[in-house]
Amino acid sequence: MVLASLPAWGGLGIQRLLVEFFALLALATMWNLLAGFAGLVSIGQQAFIGLGAYTTLVALDRLGLPPVVGLVVVAAVVGVIALVTSAFVFRLSGGYFAIGMWVIAEVFRIIVTNTRELGAGTGISIRSLASMPPPERQAMIYWLALAVGVGSIVVAALIVRSRLGLALRAVRDGESAARSLGVDVGRAKLAVFVVAAIGSAVAGAVIYLQLLRIQPTAAFGVDWTAKIIFIVVIGGLGRIEGPMVGAIVFFALQELLADQGSLYLVILGITAIAITLLAPNGLWGLLTSRFPIALFGIERRLVVDDSGPDPGTAAAAVAKDGQ
Amino acid sequence: MDWLNAIIQGVLLGGLYALLATGLSLVFGVMRLVNLAQGDLTILAAFLSLAIVEATGINPLVSLVAVVPIMMIGGYLLQRLLLNFTLERGVLPPVLATFGLAVILQNVLLSVYSADSQGLDAGSIERSSLRLTDQLAVGWLPLITLIVAIVILVGLQLLISRTGLGRSLRATADDPDAASLVGIDARHIYGVAMALALGTIAIAGVFLGIRTTFGPADGPVRLIFAFEAVVIGGLGSLWGTLVGGIILGVAQALGNQIGPGYQILAGHLVFLAVLVFRPAGLFARQTVRRA
Repeated sequence: MVLASLPAWGGLGIQRLLVEFFALLALATMWNLLAGFAGLVSIGQQAFIGLGAYTTLVALDRLGLPPVVGLVVVAAVVGVIALVTSAFVFRLSGGYFAIGMWVIAEVFRIIVTNTRELGAGTGISIRSLASMPPPERQAMIYWLALAVGVGSIVVAALIVRSRLGLALRAVRDGESAARSLGVDVGRAKLAVFVVAAIGSAVAGAVIYLQLLRIQPTAAFGVDWTAKIIFIVVIGGLGRIEGPMVGAIVFFALQELLADQGSLYLVILGITAIAITLLAPNGLWGLLTSRFPIALFGIERRLVVDDSGPDPGTAAAAVAKDGQ
Repeated sequence: MDWLNAIIQGVLLGGLYALLATGLSLVFGVMRLVNLAQGDLTILAAFLSLAIVEATGINPLVSLVAVVPIMMIGGYLLQRLLLNFTLERGVLPPVLATFGLAVILQNVLLSVYSADSQGLDAGSIERSSLRLTDQLAVGWLPLITLIVAIVILVGLQLLISRTGLGRSLRATADDPDAASLVGIDARHIYGVAMALALGTIAIAGVFLGIRTTFGPADGPVRLIFAFEAVVIGGLGSLWGTLVGGIILGVAQALGNQIGPGYQILAGHLVFLAVLVFRPAGLFARQTVRRA
């Protein structure tokens, strides 16, 4: 409620920052769904961010659709493209799938760079929102971003709690075992792949509605995925709460270290490696191992009943009885 | 004649790509590790050579005597101190750790050398060429690169098939647990494999730096080309890597013949076509394990 009413009292600056926050949160949540639950590590999600940006441009400027309808069109178009993409990249597994997705992103980037109608390499501006007064436009984009951020978490939580989620975790923890138990591994992965692509595209659309200028090298840049990976790894891979924690930490670090330039990314890289090795469940994992919190009720926790006498005292009691 | 020339230049370019890809192929073959920092390590080797050339004034080709051992030692330490701890813990840790390493390398190079493009000057050999006919000429440097790639691949193949170390490498690749039962230290063998890989990467980096300009952000595209060469040729096959590199080089040269914007795209399209029609690669070993 507080977040939804923000445009009424918050300045444009904080709104812009939060749009970025919610968009990255949505991107990280989608990546977490892919990597943390389906075991599909992609370093090419920028393919869908860029596609989201450019389909938004076409939907709004060329077809003249209103923004919300435009986002629905973006979701549908990118969903179809993701299905076609899967026919190629699903031939690869593990680390090779990761790079394969990167090649896909590069292919889209080069196609856009060679298309004059989309502004080629120099980029293009989204014009149809330019006539809106800035406060109204910013408020609309803010609400879209909030909806996308919250929506992505709701979708991820629903998927993880569903039969599909159960199947996915079975696949992640042992693909051949899951297959032998009758899980349709290919379908489960494909479903998540398409959902994650759509989510990333809509988040990309929101980002570029705010920036208003799309440039292929930036929109299809691997930096997006680098940020996303850090957010998920730092927060907690395979936990719905992970990306939220990670996004907060990421934005805090960004504010603290922004003027450090490339050193900031070096620190992020070292942190990500350290967390991967030392705390594979991320900060959220560290937190929940101390305190039993769960925001979404998808964790199953083994509770050991230690209220009974432990063997030591029991033995002592027996010994006492014997005297 | 233009097209024939494009094919010849493409084959030669393929030599460089094979050189770039050998390390990736070797490391994947021995320990199923996909090294996402491969491209950035290649660029690191080029910068290392640049630093040596700037300090001593020697030819970059001569700097290989220092760059190769430094990269090999670095590779062994990288494997023993970091990457070994990511293995056998699922798909994610190695991918995340090497991706993190890639980001670190890019940004360290960026802060030391700025984003400017650099080049290695190997002297007259860069510009001299071998005349085949009146219209066809082959540059000495690309030709030497291709020959070096073939020599390295033959050498590695002999090392793996003929020597005791090669036997340990093969045994560890097949089954690290069984190998350790007969006294092979898998962690050490993985370190040796990474050292060999970074040795080839060092050579690739120096040849790349002589051939084209390079900057701190150029690693990813090198990784992608290396990866495409490996997949086109077939996972785990060193000869496949050579052929994959050459096919990629020819595809890019032909794409460039159509239009400068299509050079890289043509390579990607050939790669995607191979994925769909021959997902195991063109020269995959018969016994490739189902991953």
